[in-house]
Amino acid sequence: MFYREAGDFKTSYAEDNQTFPIKFDRYRYWLVLAVAYLVIPFMINDYWANAIFVPFLIYAIAAIGLNILTGYCGQVSLGTGGFMAVGAYACYKLMTAFPDVNIVFHILVSGGVTAMVGAAFGLPSLRIKGFYLAVATLAAQFFLVWLFNKVGWFYNYSASGQISAPERFVGPFAVTGPNAAPWAQYMICLVFVTVCAVVARNLTRGTLGRKLMAIRDMDIAAEIIGVNPLRTKLTAFAISSFFIGISGALFFAVYLGAVEVGEAFGIQKSFLVLFMVIIGGLGSIFGSFAGAAFLVLLPVALKFVGSDLMGWPTDLVSHLQLVIIGALIMFFLIKEPHGLAQLWRVTKEKLRLWPFPH
Amino acid sequence: MNAMADSYVTEDGRTIGGVLMDLREITLRFGGVEAIKNISFDIREGEIRAIIGPNGAGKSSMLNVISGFYKPQEGEVYFRGALRPAMKPYQVARQGIARTFQNIALFEGMTVLDNIMTGRLNYMKAGIIKQAIWKGAAEREEIENRAHVERVIDFLDIQAIRKTPVGRLPYGLKKRVELARALAADPKLLLLDEPMAGMNVEEKEDMSRFILDVNDEFGTTIALIEHDMGVVMDLSDRVVVMDYGRKIGDGTPDEVRGNQEVIDAYLGVAHD
Amino acid sequence: MSTDFLYLVEVLINGLMAGVMYSLVALGFVLIFKASGIFNYAQGVMALFAALTLAGIMEGQVPFAHIINAILGTNIHHFGWHVPAVLAILMTIVVMVGFAWGVQRFVFRHLVGQEPIILFMATIGLAYFLEGVGDLMWGSDIKTLALGLPQGGSRWLEDMTVGWGGDDFYGFYIDKLDMVATIVAILLVASLIAFSQYTKHGRAMRAVADDHQAALSVGISLNFIWILVWSLAGFVALVAGIMWGAKSGVQFSLSMIALKALPVLMLGGFTSIPGAIVGGLIIGMGEKLFEYTVGSLVGGATENWFAYVLALLFLVFRPQGLFGERIIERV
Repeated sequence: MFYREAGDFKTSYAEDNQTFPIKFDRYRYWLVLAVAYLVIPFMINDYWANAIFVPFLIYAIAAIGLNILTGYCGQVSLGTGGFMAVGAYACYKLMTAFPDVNIVFHILVSGGVTAMVGAAFGLPSLRIKGFYLAVATLAAQFFLVWLFNKVGWFYNYSASGQISAPERFVGPFAVTGPNAAPWAQYMICLVFVTVCAVVARNLTRGTLGRKLMAIRDMDIAAEIIGVNPLRTKLTAFAISSFFIGISGALFFAVYLGAVEVGEAFGIQKSFLVLFMVIIGGLGSIFGSFAGAAFLVLLPVALKFVGSDLMGWPTDLVSHLQLVIIGALIMFFLIKEPHGLAQLWRVTKEKLRLWPFPH
Repeated sequence: MNAMADSYVTEDGRTIGGVLMDLREITLRFGGVEAIKNISFDIREGEIRAIIGPNGAGKSSMLNVISGFYKPQEGEVYFRGALRPAMKPYQVARQGIARTFQNIALFEGMTVLDNIMTGRLNYMKAGIIKQAIWKGAAEREEIENRAHVERVIDFLDIQAIRKTPVGRLPYGLKKRVELARALAADPKLLLLDEPMAGMNVEEKEDMSRFILDVNDEFGTTIALIEHDMGVVMDLSDRVVVMDYGRKIGDGTPDEVRGNQEVIDAYLGVAHD
Repeated sequence: MSTDFLYLVEVLINGLMAGVMYSLVALGFVLIFKASGIFNYAQGVMALFAALTLAGIMEGQVPFAHIINAILGTNIHHFGWHVPAVLAILMTIVVMVGFAWGVQRFVFRHLVGQEPIILFMATIGLAYFLEGVGDLMWGSDIKTLALGLPQGGSRWLEDMTVGWGGDDFYGFYIDKLDMVATIVAILLVASLIAFSQYTKHGRAMRAVADDHQAALSVGISLNFIWILVWSLAGFVALVAGIMWGAKSGVQFSLSMIALKALPVLMLGGFTSIPGAIVGGLIIGMGEKLFEYTVGSLVGGATENWFAYVLALLFLVFRPQGLFGERIIERV
């Protein structure tokens, strides 16, 4: 009954443009933020941080990034893993080269570096379209992983070929390294997610968002109304890679601590993030969160049900997971190309009209 | 070309100004096929100029040349008195030329409002950083342009569907939204590619009224392609007739109607 | 002839042979893409699945034994018999046809008319699904395919060529299996071409590839043709799976190697069977040559990315591929 827009008249265009035009949605948004910032940090322990919250937040940033490129601008990329690796290695090099600079700054610069690399690999997008481009981005994926594997400078010539994050602080609190508290890891990711989500929303609600969607829906028409296609696509690649680079830096520095590039940022990572975007919803910031949550929770839930409850061997559970993810991808593409976000919208639509569905 | 004064007033009291666009000896080839053969004509400020002709006459190609989508192999385009250099379509759009398409080219995944707002893209200057912050310059700009777009929405009477995704609209409304998007750009020259194709009589009357109103109220120069001879003759100030890529007639509707070659083309006299 | 030159020739020949393998996988892509516009990312996994199934049937494995054991608490794994290769191949073909039917019935029939990129992403989902099913059915351990195909280098060729380049040249080393693969690939292509040129269904297939609507209007069943095409692709996948599997064992990396077929297609154009073959050969030779000349300078393993980067650069300058048709954009 309280989910209503009736009587809630908008008297200015600014009000009409709000992210959450319905009062109830606005309240819920503030409530979620309050819980995320004021409740969870005090309750979180190592298991919850490492198994669920930290990976969820980091993947959410990556999914937002890929969603800007794929969902809003229509350019499918299979290079996400490679771009995350760029963020991770940039962060590592910065952390070791400038140990006195704050880690937050390093992470932001890593995003910037990734943005440039992403834009460079986006250059062919003017000539190549659709799945041709998707295959072309595989070049980025394989080349970058190879590069970080083979060129010693990137991993400071360490014997193992791995990179590992030294301890760094924000204020008095360690956020990276073995002594970082779960709540501190959680908080730094949360802050980055919040800022990234707001920025992504702002970028997609206005001029840039419309340019991206115009390119996605009909690139020729977009060009004829005055959109510069190359510039717009490169912008999309750069912004998308910026977010993905930040998530890669966090993934390495905060979450894993030590990284072997082929393992952490292989092609499977590219697919995982792409699946998050598809399942969550192409062209929706909220969907990026939903998709990340879903695919972070699914293995945890399956492991709980399969291994812990049923006592099945773990390899069986991981095979089942492949089947389920594959089937879900096909299901969503057939039934609901806009993913979980659209299911959510439809539910809200029904709530709005309830109890008079017609 | 008949010598006309620099500007004159039509019977219904509109002022037609000097030459806005001048196309000189345009030739366009696709491989060995000549789609446009050495055609020249001009478009004057404030007039409604029609291009007609049977199927395959090269009308759409002509429009595509004007909007910069095709580059003619020969000939020159003068716009507002200056020779137009080789340009990308988006640069042409930024010069103030907007258009609609024969097969509607709307952005199906976006709402009607967003579609029309794309018409304002070239007026919105906030950089990426400003947009990321949103509060301040970007929001102000958004609201100013929104106000402009709302006037177009009122004008074309599509207030009720503002927030509807374009993909769900019926054909006739889509055509109207496409016109709205072009109008939102405040074009100096508006190109309409078969604005009435596939419409019933009632919808055609509506569209004709909109075209006349746009021309009358905003003084927008319009060049349009249309099959329906009746509509063209009623709407336009001057008509270019094309057949097999050649220009076979040019003048007021009455002059064109009396032109023997035009009659032959439409009645299908064998070419020799 | 100098030794260096001969080694280079050997590298090139080996590249050609690897290229034949790529071409084999690429063929399957082209078949499906021509008839339905679906860019089938799962083709590599199909090859893996087919090889797994073949190995499983030959060994007399119980399908889904793992999961049955987990649920029922039993401990079954093998039927205890061995199926002869020919029979097992026939049975695998039946499985692949069933798979083709299932894919058409449950997935792509519901996606008719969708944008190519959506179809492409659906095939990525299909690849995951099929990989999971393959592992569930036959287990994920590495299997060997004991089909009795010749293995190892060709002694005869080595003996023939030893001493050509002086005393320190030991003759060309070329894998016998690669030679067999080449012959099989030639036969396969010839029979595919014969099928599409001279049989009723082949002609129908070409009609569908040309224009769906027109094909429908002359009474061709699109559904049937699509199942046929997926079955053919399944058959090609089986052949590719046998060759790859016999070479390096049936394991997951097989589907990754098959990914190489993507750049092959970008070179050759997605609609051209000769293109798939030429593209495969170019990529095969190119990456071996690059590894031989440049790879050693930069740390090796350039085969991981060379094909993709080559295809990327190539596409920027000729987006339609070597043999693809030029696309004219219209408004």
